Amino acid sequence: MSDANTRRPATSHADTSDTAQAVTSEAAAAARAAYDAAFAASPVRTDVDFETLSGIPLEPVYGDAPFPGQYPYTRGVYASMYRSKLWTMRMFAGFGTAEDTNARFKELLRAGGTGLSTAFDMPTLMGRDSDNEWAVGEVGRAGVAIDTLADMEDLFADIDLGSVSTSMTINGPAPILLAMYVAVAEGTGVPRKALAGTIQNDILKEYQAQKEYIFPPRPSMRIITDMMRFTSAEMPKWHPVSISGYHIREAGSTAVQELAFTLANGFAYVEAAMATGLPIDEFAPRLSFFFNSHSDFFEEIGKFRAARRIWARWMKERYGAEQERSLLLRFHTQTAGVSLTAQQPEINIARVAMQALAGVLGGTQSLHTDSFDEALALPTEKAARIALRTQQLVAYETGAANVADPLGGSHFVEWMTDEMERRAEEIFEHLDDLGDGSILEGVYRGIDNGYFTGSIADAAYRFEREVNSGRRIIVGVNEFTEGDERSSNLLSIGQDTEDLQLKRLSTVKQARSDAEVAAALTRLQVDARDANTNLMPGFIDAVKVHATEGEIVAALEDVFGTYVEQVIV
Amino acid sequence: MTGASVTGAEPSPDPTEATDAEPSDLTPIRIVLAKLGLDGHDRGIKVVARLMRDAGFEVVYLGLRQTVDMVVAAVEQEDADAIGISMLNGGHLTLAPRMVEAVRTAGLDVPVIIGGIVPDADIAKLLEAGVAAVLTPGTPAEELVRVVRGAVSGA
Repeated sequence: MSDANTRRPATSHADTSDTAQAVTSEAAAAARAAYDAAFAASPVRTDVDFETLSGIPLEPVYGDAPFPGQYPYTRGVYASMYRSKLWTMRMFAGFGTAEDTNARFKELLRAGGTGLSTAFDMPTLMGRDSDNEWAVGEVGRAGVAIDTLADMEDLFADIDLGSVSTSMTINGPAPILLAMYVAVAEGTGVPRKALAGTIQNDILKEYQAQKEYIFPPRPSMRIITDMMRFTSAEMPKWHPVSISGYHIREAGSTAVQELAFTLANGFAYVEAAMATGLPIDEFAPRLSFFFNSHSDFFEEIGKFRAARRIWARWMKERYGAEQERSLLLRFHTQTAGVSLTAQQPEINIARVAMQALAGVLGGTQSLHTDSFDEALALPTEKAARIALRTQQLVAYETGAANVADPLGGSHFVEWMTDEMERRAEEIFEHLDDLGDGSILEGVYRGIDNGYFTGSIADAAYRFEREVNSGRRIIVGVNEFTEGDERSSNLLSIGQDTEDLQLKRLSTVKQARSDAEVAAALTRLQVDARDANTNLMPGFIDAVKVHATEGEIVAALEDVFGTYVEQVIV
Repeated sequence: MTGASVTGAEPSPDPTEATDAEPSDLTPIRIVLAKLGLDGHDRGIKVVARLMRDAGFEVVYLGLRQTVDMVVAAVEQEDADAIGISMLNGGHLTLAPRMVEAVRTAGLDVPVIIGGIVPDADIAKLLEAGVAAVLTPGTPAEELVRVVRGAVSGA
């Protein structure tokens, strides 16, 4: 570990570029043969013919080694890419009560969605119950309200958790929601080991960008490493952390900052888990990533390709991963909510389509497309369907899924990929120095000294100034502004959601045993004081006796403290 | 929490660029900016803080997770001329009227300006509830400055 911490992967531009690498013809032939063998061993979709609209047959890949599925995976993590399986069309949904969201989930599954993705309301994300004074006005508004196991049971009612994969976007209270998911599944006879999905659980970017933190960074990292150990042992199909650049970008960062901060956070989780004695090859294969796909088409594609290459190289060279699966950066993509305009909102459909295409050309494993009305309110059902249809257009009509890494070998795309990597490496070097040879410590210090929040705010301000001065044109906002007719058909969440949820919470509290709840909370506090005890079993027992999310969080705040951010403008 | 005063504290990221709105010759307007409730979206309010500072305002940004009482206390302490609240979580119909009410109850004559994602249909409701102005995403800097100045002089 200490040896690993002093090594930094080779960063020189010239010798890291795939295409610039001189490969002998023998090596090239061997790489080709290896690719052909890997492709032959992959399942291939039989529902479509891999040919152009005019009937021209297409190879699975074009160009030179290294091919998709070959180190450093710039061209993709799998040899066959979308010929084996299209990306998961995972639409994020959540609003109102658990029953409301359950209905939306079923609608999305009926419409051909292949994975569920849950948006929680602000009080849930912050670990506050619906009856907390801070929750007033926010219950069920920007996502679904979950207070107790009973809400979670409603959320997934009549959905077979053994056959869907579920993503839950929650961070501070992530272990509580994971505990509830396990409890719901086991209550319906699905064993925890059969559960597939992802919980975001990326606390570092909360301090940097999204600001949904609860405890200070170090105890939060302890919780996350507990979850990594728990899922590693008991939930082999679960991804315990989705290392997320999405929110960093939405908060105003550049593409390079998104790339570098996200991967640095990834290195930090790796170092934290290794420090608890977990072997890297035991947890690394289940780390996954989540990126933004913004409007600068080629910059985004370069970012995705660079991300794979950087991750593979660091995992292998700095952290000593040996299993191939530990080297693979697999990621979810969401189109850039922040790029959507309230002005002429229908043109957002076109923005989203291009951003979605960039994600696919960049080799994403799953994709959420934003609804065109999201700059105005939560999406209506119709807008959400159009967004899903947009992905289906990319998948079935554009031909973009026929060939792996179709832009590989383009002079510009290869240059952009190299440039993204070079600029990201400069940031890693800064963090490595900040942390005296540890990226984890560098990230902690960068959170403390405002490096992340400050550089993101600088980038956001620069962008705004460019738009204000007219140097950067946003169609419909500072140019081409005629024809702005706001959509009047918006989803609105009324006060009755809050009333319903409060009633629900009070009913659950009356029906449970307060003595059992108190015992479960005390046990969690005892566990929390002992760094060698894994907190997950205590969380599962607490949710099963219907301790509320807010009660569990409050019990742990007594032990871990509450994080308050230093105000930086 | 005392908040961060950004009055002329740091240079703009690129000093070679002209400011979008010229500083006023008049006494600077002092505005308290804050995020109410749990909403953590602070990109917009931070940008607004810098734009207003560049336009000659004295800006006191309180940060995240403020209550209406914390905002009122800051306004009294800073003798502020205006309040700017950013809301992107759909809670504006609940929290904005409470803010206005808290200002009135404290006997202050300070306009409350709301910025963020507010559907057109809700803007009228907020104005009716006593909010001085509502600014939505894409509002140019000059417009922002004009609206805040107008709200203060109309107060």
